[in-house]
Amino acid sequence: MTKRLTTSAMIASFADADQPTSPAPFGHALARLAGENEEVVGMTADLGKYTDMHVFAEKFPERYYQMGMAEQLLFGAAAGMAEVGYVPFAATYSVFATRRAYDALCLDIAEPGHNVNIVGGLPGLTTGYGPSHQATEDIAILRAMPGLTIVDPCDSVDTEQAVPAMAADPGPTYLRLLRGKVPTVLDEYDYRFELGKAKRLRGGRDAVLVSSGLMTMRALKAAEELSEHGVDVAVVHCPTIKPLDEATLVHEADSDRLLVTLENHSVVGGLAESVASTLVRNNAARGLLPIGLPDEFLEAGALPTLHERYGLSTDRIVRRVLDGMG
Amino acid sequence: MSYATNEAEDAVDVRKSDIAAFAHRMRHHVIDMGEAQGQGYVGQALGVSDILATVYRDRLRFRPEQPQWPERDRFLLSIGHYAIALYAALAEAGVLDVEELDTYATDGSRLPMSAMATYTPGMEISGGSLGHGMPLAVGMALGLRKRGSRALVYNFLSDGELNEGATWEAAMSAAHYELGNLVAVVDLNALQADGATDSVLRADPLVDKWESFGWRAVRVDGNDLSQLLRGFESLDRDESSRPRILLCDTTVGKGVPLLENREKAHFMRVDEHEWQIAREQLEGSVES
Repeated sequence: MTKRLTTSAMIASFADADQPTSPAPFGHALARLAGENEEVVGMTADLGKYTDMHVFAEKFPERYYQMGMAEQLLFGAAAGMAEVGYVPFAATYSVFATRRAYDALCLDIAEPGHNVNIVGGLPGLTTGYGPSHQATEDIAILRAMPGLTIVDPCDSVDTEQAVPAMAADPGPTYLRLLRGKVPTVLDEYDYRFELGKAKRLRGGRDAVLVSSGLMTMRALKAAEELSEHGVDVAVVHCPTIKPLDEATLVHEADSDRLLVTLENHSVVGGLAESVASTLVRNNAARGLLPIGLPDEFLEAGALPTLHERYGLSTDRIVRRVLDGMG
Repeated sequence: MSYATNEAEDAVDVRKSDIAAFAHRMRHHVIDMGEAQGQGYVGQALGVSDILATVYRDRLRFRPEQPQWPERDRFLLSIGHYAIALYAALAEAGVLDVEELDTYATDGSRLPMSAMATYTPGMEISGGSLGHGMPLAVGMALGLRKRGSRALVYNFLSDGELNEGATWEAAMSAAHYELGNLVAVVDLNALQADGATDSVLRADPLVDKWESFGWRAVRVDGNDLSQLLRGFESLDRDESSRPRILLCDTTVGKGVPLLENREKAHFMRVDEHEWQIAREQLEGSVES
């Protein structure tokens, strides 16, 4: 009898067994940034240990604010800190940031345009804990908020570079946090994170995969496997969902290659629909194949099982692209 | 000794008459703005004029010509629908020109019906959605203390706002962080959108509640200047690092008998011919 996989709840990892990883890249990047910029403060709503904020907290205890399990307070207080000149990073889980504290994020932070950086743990399907903790619709909720930048990094390299860029940008930002042992993938590529820019990681004649977040590492892996099937696939990584890099996307879509979007988010209201509306508005409308989470509340379970079931695994991507090639 | 006491009493009397005159002029501005618009939160504004006059005439450290002076005390109006009252106070305090009040709630005005920090000099935050003021105040108080500033953060909220959970999240946090630089002032007018506060969501016993949350709480008649001054002063004497709260019972429409405790007073409709009566009654209230 084979061993049954367990949920492993909040510490689930999406790293593949053979992948190199880096521990707590967000926490270390924030601590590094704080060493250079004394206005940076870290805040959390009882999830410091689970958002890698503890790395910063240990190094800069006098700049760390525990607000208790109170997300509206977290964002209101972060706005108050910004009002007097600090640059807060406020960390909680994505579900609580978006579903519970939307009004505080909107009215206290986004409308006045404060440089408050929201850090959302467990974005999309990165926990097997069920719908209470799976933020499968966080981008859809936040995309309509004027002035909010949304960052969905791929790996430890992306995350480390995104943190100082978010602080340097004067407005509010939402970061979809990958935490714990985070895969290191982009060091193999000639890549630098730039806020608002999409980057072509590899070229390909037959299809172009536009991906964000952890789905970029799956797209890169799928591209390798697809080449063994004789299919030559390009990968364009799009770590900023809003504002979207329209010029790059319109340029990449301007061909007869199969266009595929890949995201760790519901197919409703996320990257796929962002790309589609961009193409329509630029008179570059064309069909695309959206790979993402289904429009439903997902089940609890072990993360590898769920990624396979809901289509985020490399194998599922390869099959979808081959089917799409017809 | 008795000579010194008399002198102190005289000084209080001078302060009180200054504040009373400030509040009286505020009420005139409120009626003028309300008439131009035909409706609005006139009742609440009349009710809190004594509180705002006390705060702006006697309490706050600020520079009217420099609303962003970094050392200023912050006054956070989380009850954004009371904007009409704060515009009147800001005009009397010299932050706004009295003439600008004529633009109230008109297109392109810096004085919208609901308070917006991005529009109005002296308006520290955009309220309106209730329960935001105190969380913001906590962040500002933490930040100012960290900067070594002596500035105080005042949060002016309403009894209806005590329904909001975020207010109590912030109340716990303010006590936890021992924010002695935070002062809350509550307008207890016993009225909210759907009716009497007691029928919507009863909050009493308020002094006990706030004290049990780790605050120093005092309750006064918010339309009695002596009580307001004494209330603030008794909070000043608290030498602990507790956050402080002044709970102020007020009368909606105070100073204008026609409007006091009028039915449907929350968002008050005033007939055209009544504005002049209101103005005359306001004058009468001073003479009597």
